[in-house]
Amino acid sequence: MKSAGVSALHRDYTGAKLGMWLFLFTEILLFGGLFLLYSVYRSLQPAEFHRAAAGLSLTAGIANTVILITSSLTMAMAVSAFLRGAQGHTLLLQAFTVLFGIVFLVNKYLEWGDKIRQGLYPEGPGLSGLAPGEVLFYGLYYVMTGLHGLHVLFGIMLIAVLWLLTIQGKVTSRDPARLENAGLYWHFVDLVWIYLFPLFYLVT
Amino acid sequence: MDAERRRIVRYTTYITVWAVLMALTGLTVFASRVVAGTTGILTAVAIASIKAGLVLSFFMHLRYERPLLRFLFFVPVATLAVIIGFTFIDVWYR
Repeated sequence: MKSAGVSALHRDYTGAKLGMWLFLFTEILLFGGLFLLYSVYRSLQPAEFHRAAAGLSLTAGIANTVILITSSLTMAMAVSAFLRGAQGHTLLLQAFTVLFGIVFLVNKYLEWGDKIRQGLYPEGPGLSGLAPGEVLFYGLYYVMTGLHGLHVLFGIMLIAVLWLLTIQGKVTSRDPARLENAGLYWHFVDLVWIYLFPLFYLVT
Repeated sequence: MDAERRRIVRYTTYITVWAVLMALTGLTVFASRVVAGTTGILTAVAIASIKAGLVLSFFMHLRYERPLLRFLFFVPVATLAVIIGFTFIDVWYR
């Protein structure tokens, strides 16, 4: 395509992929630290965690699990469509992924709103009557689902930007690393939720 | 270029994986009603790990990647396992 002498844009597909994975490794350790905190305190105060977890809405947890796993499916399919050169499919599937992500966050907003109305926030009236272990549970709940929520928000923005770049023809199937890496990030967000869901909503 | 690495996975493969993930979600909800206590937590984490394995190998293409990347993945996981393991030894037997 390019004539000799014109500096061709160098793309290192393997390097881009490896770089994304190295970033995800640091994310595993970031969330891992929080899971460590959760598991140590849970083992020390099982009864309090048990009682506090019963206060979370199982329906909301299951709904968000279904939404996030389905969004992972549409994202994986978007990458396949993209590699095949099916522009329409990939745009539609990316749009669905963004939509599912937004629905997830709205669901999370309603859930948090419900808890905050019950006075379950730092120094809130709902926490004052609870045992220290239950307060700790809600602290971990907000921090872990909050950090995860920020990741969902960032993933939505990332996929939305790539959606625009795909329309503008700036992301082409000759250079799939960016879309694939956005996909990896999105699946990682799904991965974290796969552990958050049983630990907060199920083990009661 | 290493185009041979870019395997295009079929939709049907992904949809099958999705269906299994949904079934496992149902299973973990059901299991949480049946088994309690430490066994309950271990069951939940075990099912979550099977789900995570499916997401990693299919959605995240780890099964199609070169061995180096697949090996590298176990570095942070092993690090985390050591950190958690040693912390629990400290918490339980101090």
